[in-house]
Amino acid sequence: MFKVFAKGFLGLAVALVMNLPTMSAAQDASNDTLISVENPWARASIGMSRPGGAYLTIRNDGKDTVSLVGLRAEISGMASVHETRTNSDGVSSMTPAEDIAIPAGGTVALEPGGYHAMLMQLQSPLVEGETFPLTLLFSDGTELEVNVPILGVGARGPEG
Amino acid sequence: MGKAAKFIAIGAVAIVFALFIGWWQVDGPGAGPVSGERPLPLTAMDFNLTDQDGADVSPASLIGQPSLVFFGFTYCPDVCPTTLSDISGWLDDLGTEAEDLNTILITVDPDRDTVETLAEYVSYFHPQIQGWTGSEDQIADAAEGFRATYEKVEGADGGYTMNHTAGVFLFDATGRFVSIIDYHEPREFAVPKIRRAMQDRAEGAES
Repeated sequence: MFKVFAKGFLGLAVALVMNLPTMSAAQDASNDTLISVENPWARASIGMSRPGGAYLTIRNDGKDTVSLVGLRAEISGMASVHETRTNSDGVSSMTPAEDIAIPAGGTVALEPGGYHAMLMQLQSPLVEGETFPLTLLFSDGTELEVNVPILGVGARGPEG
Repeated sequence: MGKAAKFIAIGAVAIVFALFIGWWQVDGPGAGPVSGERPLPLTAMDFNLTDQDGADVSPASLIGQPSLVFFGFTYCPDVCPTTLSDISGWLDDLGTEAEDLNTILITVDPDRDTVETLAEYVSYFHPQIQGWTGSEDQIADAAEGFRATYEKVEGADGGYTMNHTAGVFLFDATGRFVSIIDYHEPREFAVPKIRRAMQDRAEGAES
């Protein structure tokens, strides 16, 4: 019994140490979940009338499933996660996403053609080469702020 | 020995059968475009639209060169820029060959995608990409010919989005429908498909 506990603690400690470099300053330390964000990027906007789109990968190194429940960004009057689906007839649609569960030890990617951060009511244009702060809200109360680099209008991924 | 040979023979037949099924569904007669209905040949389509420079265009404008045609709208933050970026990448791969390829975005959102809006939008992508728009009826006529579907969906915030057929239709220079490149198809599959349609053009010219 004790061995199992000890293993659990060891695992948690290893996870903690391994995550230190990627942990964001805004990480809420009041619980033992360990959420980090990798490869955030957005496309530059053409003016401010169209919604912007941003992408990233969320990693959950904690022991429990955590859900992404919302977004907040000063640059957007209304930020939320949307999902693009393509049905068997080849028709694409885009709808607001339900809460997205990230299983313990798992990752979930917001990437072109799937989930994306939809930034409606842009308060200022997304300018290539700049960055903007985006806050991810999780079911356990964690709020994680990431700086999102803005790539070109035609960017295909975090590498441009 | 006889047993082993039998096993090998059965295995070989199974593999050939699986390959055949795959070919049938992907490239062969079983390849199903949207809703099982193939786009008409361009020569059988009837629609009039306006291009990004304000010029009148019709299916006849596309005959003589192979064509990539797809439906979309510029107010979408995900699928459309992704599709346009993908296509720009295919055209980059084709290099100077791409100059012989009509590449047309037809908007399904003519209220917001005016000639000026489309002209600005497509200017951010490969120079070969054109943007065509028209009245709601004209767009409906065009979609009918391609057997493409679209639908306006009201959002909670008072705005709206468009559901639409996301594949890229590929025609040879004579206007014959060749195949669909699915949204998000990897470049290593898309570019050979385009090359094949361009080859059809050469054969079509000889016959």
